[in-house]
Amino acid sequence: MSPALIEARALSVDVPAGRFAFAKARPLAILAGVSLAIRPGEIVCMVGESGSGKTTFGRALLGLVKPSGGEILLDGTPLPDFSQRSFRTIRSQTSLLFQDPLSSFNPRQRIGAMIAEPRRIAGMGSARLEDIAGLAQQAGLSDRFLSRFPHALSGGQARRAAVARALSVVPRLIVADEPTAGLDVSIQGGVLNLFLDIRERHDTAFLMITHNLSVVRHIADHIVILYLGRMVESGPAAEILSAPKHPYTKALLEAEPIPDPARRRTAPPVLGEVPSIAARPSGCEFHTRCPFVQPRCRSEAPGLDDSAEGRRVACHFPLPEPRPAAAHSLRTVSN
Amino acid sequence: MTAPVLDLRGLSVNYGGVFPAVIGVDLAVRPGEIVGIIGESGSGKSTLAHAALGLLPKVARVSGDRFMLAGNDMLTADRKTLASLRGPAAAMIFQNPMTAFSPVHTLGRQLRDLLWRDRHQTKAQKRERIVKALRDVGIPDPAGKLDAYPFQLSGGMLQRVAIAATLLMRPSLLIADEPTTALDVTMEAQILHLMRTLRDEAGVAILVISHHLGMIAEICDRVAVMYAGRIIEEGPVEAIFRSPGHPYTQALLDCEPALILPGIGRLPVIAGEVPRPGGRGCDFAGRCRHAEERCRCGAAPWQALRADPGHHARCHRSAS
Repeated sequence: MSPALIEARALSVDVPAGRFAFAKARPLAILAGVSLAIRPGEIVCMVGESGSGKTTFGRALLGLVKPSGGEILLDGTPLPDFSQRSFRTIRSQTSLLFQDPLSSFNPRQRIGAMIAEPRRIAGMGSARLEDIAGLAQQAGLSDRFLSRFPHALSGGQARRAAVARALSVVPRLIVADEPTAGLDVSIQGGVLNLFLDIRERHDTAFLMITHNLSVVRHIADHIVILYLGRMVESGPAAEILSAPKHPYTKALLEAEPIPDPARRRTAPPVLGEVPSIAARPSGCEFHTRCPFVQPRCRSEAPGLDDSAEGRRVACHFPLPEPRPAAAHSLRTVSN
Repeated sequence: MTAPVLDLRGLSVNYGGVFPAVIGVDLAVRPGEIVGIIGESGSGKSTLAHAALGLLPKVARVSGDRFMLAGNDMLTADRKTLASLRGPAAAMIFQNPMTAFSPVHTLGRQLRDLLWRDRHQTKAQKRERIVKALRDVGIPDPAGKLDAYPFQLSGGMLQRVAIAATLLMRPSLLIADEPTTALDVTMEAQILHLMRTLRDEAGVAILVISHHLGMIAEICDRVAVMYAGRIIEEGPVEAIFRSPGHPYTQALLDCEPALILPGIGRLPVIAGEVPRPGGRGCDFAGRCRHAEERCRCGAAPWQALRADPGHHARCHRSAS
């Protein structure tokens, strides 16, 4: 296995509790010790509900929020501290795709200038027009958009412009926060294909933060499930999707509606709401919503079991392997 | 057959006399029915939904042969009549519950304000109705939530409050514009279940606008597919998903990642963009794999597909 490009060890992010950060108030842990290694060319998908800390993890990895504990290693070398200066080495080799591309653009800057900006900041010299047009082309954006302003772009075009900007520093890692949110089904495939192309061309790794499991299925090599800022399960994508071991993972997979009226669910969904991080449940934090809860779950927090190769799960009673299911009635593409 | 709650015949909406957003739409929603409208952004589905409530900006001109909402003629209605219909006749759930409420008033105050028509009722009676509505949509500790502000609730909970607000109005038609787009999958499943329960127990007719095929398949009885301002296919949900009659519907289904077996590598897309509505010929011809000469010249006829009763499509190929 190739060495990790970037690795987080027990990364955590705390925010002060309450309106005034009194010394006595315990800080709230948005991210409570998540460890993850991303290898070159690997697509890691981070999945969880709102408030699970998935966006915070992506930002903490690039130093956009300051980690309050843990370690970040780039090519096996730990960052000396979490100062902005230290993160600069990481940022010059990574790019972030924001959840809402339009709000991440300067409304008064033309798309071409915006795409060139990261190069200038990274000290890679000014970019020639041909280079910028080349980047736009790689992202599938016609060069006639380069002289336009952000408001003249549709959602899909804005997404492509953001990808072109991300590519301008030839990143080794792209952190993509909900890259398909708000896109029509007819064009979200285009964005994902673009990721696959970029990976093929530059061996770029991706950390994709999403809650769209049907997309994850087609693109992920590795899946990480977060719940209340903790990792509850992680492993190779195919294994997680076909045989989830944590009841939360299973619940997430089952909550996704299947676009087939013949396979409607009739039973009501069992899951309630995500508890507040200000009042974390005792024991296993998922016990308040878990359909398989046992007395032990309420009192004792399960550790992250990593005995199995590449597969980790935090559950006292991991789900057994499912029996081979009946033939999956998925439709193949009629091309 | 009962009279439709919403009955549209040849409805068109034109913005400023220059942009035809909706062209000649025929659509009927009957009591107790859940009808879905699917289509890409720019297909006119939201304009249609807003037109049904008279919520369009002044520049929009609505015309048509028939536009009836709960027995009222919306084409001739003045502003006062329109206002009186919002609520009792039709109510709407918006995409983002966070922006649907006032951030500076408590939920209890906002819900009570909705009941301004019931002047004969006391505050206590109204409060009781509100608490019951909140309980019906599955909100824990409903009485306690009356003093809460919108930011204190999660998106899923707030969407429930929005649904409770519509319940208070006892509308004949509920219009839901992308009701679960801003929510997590777990919340989405719960909201869909709630909408289905509403229909089953209160007999409300529901019009759902979405581009999320999974949720449409999950709750709708009938589906209309919109493209460039026109309905290009309509039929029972099973027929639409099993044997789509229009190449556009087929292409949408082909793109749906949840329907594609993993491991195909590159995902399919529909190349090109939704054209400006009102062009010559079939609007989809520019992106259609099967487009022929006649598709580019003449508008395709609206016709019944023989396999399923009530299944229609607007395509030259389904004619032959």
